[in-house]
Amino acid sequence: MAVQAAPAVADGGATATTDKLTIIVFSGEMDRLVAAFNIATGAAASGMDVTMFFTFWGLQALKKPIRTGTSLMGRMLGWFLRDLEGVGPSRMNFGGAGRWMFKAMMRRKRITPLSELRQLAADLGVRMLACQMSMDVMEIRREDLIDAVSGVAGVAAMLEVAGQSKATLFI
Amino acid sequence: MDAVQTAKTLDLKGLLCPIPVVKMAQAIKTVAVGEVIEAVATDPGVMADIPAWCRTTGHELVRISRDDKVITFAVRRVK
Repeated sequence: MAVQAAPAVADGGATATTDKLTIIVFSGEMDRLVAAFNIATGAAASGMDVTMFFTFWGLQALKKPIRTGTSLMGRMLGWFLRDLEGVGPSRMNFGGAGRWMFKAMMRRKRITPLSELRQLAADLGVRMLACQMSMDVMEIRREDLIDAVSGVAGVAAMLEVAGQSKATLFI
Repeated sequence: MDAVQTAKTLDLKGLLCPIPVVKMAQAIKTVAVGEVIEAVATDPGVMADIPAWCRTTGHELVRISRDDKVITFAVRRVK
């Protein structure tokens, strides 16, 4: 596992190795996802090697806008799962009115929308991993997730990357 | 060293966090080592973010200044 052995740059070595950042995205709300993708893109732009690990409600950030689920309960759950465009804020959602309001306000301030942030993250090389166990529980298949997902992984894979990271965030 | 040749100009006006930093990261790859990127921005966060970005990436902040709402800065690609 000779990952970190980037050759030292001839500038004093202050930035000799690539710093890593792991973000565990558990939440599926608009505001928390904005924070997660904002940090991820900022870190990638600062030269960090970023891995985002999406679990439970966080999977909504990777879901295509389709209905998921195979069993009766899975399909019922699928009815309530959103995609990135459909997620509301963690507070003041008011049955969707809050989502509309926040989107309008963000648009007015010209803040990059979530879907663009996610695309930007992918373009900057942010690795997006989906949690296998959550996918099994929630009956979300790999083909229900967007193509930008770089893989499906479990806790050991996440911990390995987190162990090599300078910082690990749980959002 | 002081003959600052601007290789590229970036208009970051109206863009908010994290986009100015992202645009800088993308632009710096398009110039050669030693060349300078000049940029204008309006997000006040840039005053803190661009110097921090230069420290983490190792690129040189040639200058940064704020005139009312407009922030002007220049960054030299170091490596």
